Amino acid sequence: MLEIKNLHAGVDGKAILKGVELVIKPGELHAIMGRNGSGKSTLANIITGRENYEVTSGTVNFNGNNLLDMSPENRALEGIFMSFQYPVVIPGVNNTYFLRAALNSKLKHNGLKEVNAADFMRLIREKLKLVEMDEKYLIRAVNDGFSGGEKKRNEILQMLTLEPQLSILDETDSGLDIDALKIVAQGINNFRNSERSFLAITHYQRLLEHMKPDFIHVLIDGKIVKSGGMDLAHELEQKGYSWLEE
Amino acid sequence: MSKNTEIIDKAIGQEYEYGFTTDIEQETIAPGLNEDVIKLISSKKNEPQWLLDWRLKAYDQWLKMDEPDWSKLNFSNIDFQSISYYAALKPKEKLSSLDEVDPELLDTYNKLGIPLEEQKMLANVAVDAVFDSVSVTTTFKEELQKHGVIFCSFSEAVKNHPKIIKKYLGSVVPATDNYFAALNSAVFSDGSFVYIPKNVRCPMELSTYFRINAANTGQFERTLIVAEEGSHVSYLEGCTAPMRDENQLHAAVVELVAHKDSEIKYSTVQNWYPGDPKTGKGGIYNFVTKRGTCLGDNSKISWTQVETGSALTWKYPSCILKGDNSVGEFYSVALSNNFQQADTGTKMIHIGKNTKSTIISKGISAGKGQNTYRGGVKIMKGAENARNYSQCDSILIGEECGAHTFPYIDVRNPSAQMEHEASTSRIGEDQLFYCNQRGISTEDAVSMIVNGFCKKVFNELPMEFAVEAQKLMEVSLEGSVG
Repeated sequence: MLEIKNLHAGVDGKAILKGVELVIKPGELHAIMGRNGSGKSTLANIITGRENYEVTSGTVNFNGNNLLDMSPENRALEGIFMSFQYPVVIPGVNNTYFLRAALNSKLKHNGLKEVNAADFMRLIREKLKLVEMDEKYLIRAVNDGFSGGEKKRNEILQMLTLEPQLSILDETDSGLDIDALKIVAQGINNFRNSERSFLAITHYQRLLEHMKPDFIHVLIDGKIVKSGGMDLAHELEQKGYSWLEE
Repeated sequence: MSKNTEIIDKAIGQEYEYGFTTDIEQETIAPGLNEDVIKLISSKKNEPQWLLDWRLKAYDQWLKMDEPDWSKLNFSNIDFQSISYYAALKPKEKLSSLDEVDPELLDTYNKLGIPLEEQKMLANVAVDAVFDSVSVTTTFKEELQKHGVIFCSFSEAVKNHPKIIKKYLGSVVPATDNYFAALNSAVFSDGSFVYIPKNVRCPMELSTYFRINAANTGQFERTLIVAEEGSHVSYLEGCTAPMRDENQLHAAVVELVAHKDSEIKYSTVQNWYPGDPKTGKGGIYNFVTKRGTCLGDNSKISWTQVETGSALTWKYPSCILKGDNSVGEFYSVALSNNFQQADTGTKMIHIGKNTKSTIISKGISAGKGQNTYRGGVKIMKGAENARNYSQCDSILIGEECGAHTFPYIDVRNPSAQMEHEASTSRIGEDQLFYCNQRGISTEDAVSMIVNGFCKKVFNELPMEFAVEAQKLMEVSLEGSVG
């Protein structure tokens, strides 16, 4: 599904990723761990197409298409979703309206009929239950006045509604208390199936304990230096990253 | 260059949609201003002596006044002697029906989306069309007459309803109120007059459409609306002008009088030519004095404005809340894109007991635009239990624009309750990227973000115009993010 080969990239002429190799197949959940500044967020930003990141060499393919040639909205429409580390506030834009606009542009892109307001309300109410969010969030503006945890849940709500093929979870566990973490993890787990893939970016193993990733990769100085299973996460929790650095 | 900037730059080529000129025979007074010009305007309109005297007095005062310089607006001095103060269609037989209106002119209004032929008219909206200095026609007159509603051009009102005009002219905005009001009082040419009799709910929206056409001409119109006891009226004005390289002056005066238990809702969609988007050359200088008095108890005046046009906007629609329990409202969206500058806001003067005012101001700055909110809330000594709520929000699009807020509050009665909220935010790459990442295009994202920002104000506009305002906002903003 996602195929990253020898990816070199950076910002403002500063090299951050120095030859990343990563293949994610349908149904797999991969986790990327690493210190601050190791390039985790850069990788997420390059996959989703944020401006100001330069790819100097390497390729990123998604379902056989060259992702780097596509606009951010087309990547999203093709099935890539990112749960943001810091979701932005859009004052005055109703949360429901925003999410329906997003869903409809995706439906339209796929040649499907757009949903009307009434059908969408039914749909969104079902999804709300999955992340145990109150209906009051539907009438608020996008992320306006949401606590850190509420924002993260709202991101997962969007994921559940848009049903992406590949979901990037950028530090989705940060800012969540234990109960909220469980709810979010449960929401993600229930959403998993043999078609949907995930790339979770995190510092900690907390979220990983709940999600049981198939692969864990350690990113150090722009390169994946070690890959493994949950054992690796436990090892990192005990020993830190220094034993993997040269 | 970022992708968003490219999309935006493509769209910036969009020209001002109403920038065409109408080739029509017009009679224009030579540029310049002196007593003879005023006498000439007055005589052309066959005005009574008292009105000429009123004009001359205003002119005399104007000469002694200085142009105000307290606004944040930056512009070179206006040469008042280079402006022609009167442009009218060559006089023909008196028009009794639209068949006699110049087809060129009907075509102009059609192009503006304001059809004047009855069968094509907007349902339930009566229109007074003002072309340069004179009113061309007023629609649905007979229908309105059945309800006793008077809706006609100001000149007609002077002729046919002199008593009412004499009573109310200058009663809210005195001839010498300020520099531009004094100028208007001296040279005003036409405008609209509305009178709603006691206990009548005006059966349709009333609307005036102002069009500046002639070159080197200023437009100076007056609007007067009188709502008698227990009456209700909703009024809307729209404005456009051709694209011209020189700046043109528009200095209007609007007076509203609301008697006991009456309500006036006054909405403006201002789309004067804003000047060249690349050079800032040309465009309308819009210096307008708008004020309403809630004379009677329980009366209400509500101003809603969507200001997307003009090179300069200097405008502060205000309410004098004299009657007990009277209510004043001001809802405003002001957009300044490219080289536009807007200095706008409101004044709420609380005099009566239990008076209430609400101010919702939304400023949008894009390009090199500068947007200023300037507002005053005054609670006088006798205004027991007055309440004001103000909310002033600004949004910035891009790096080169500015937003400024000057709220003045003067409270002389300790029972007053005042609330003031203000915010300034930026449409950032972050917001756009967030929308993009959800599959929403940049164009849709900008219009979604801005419309969300303006929602509270658009909700106050009459239905048909809320849609128009939203579209206008999209056109005016196209290409503004970078």
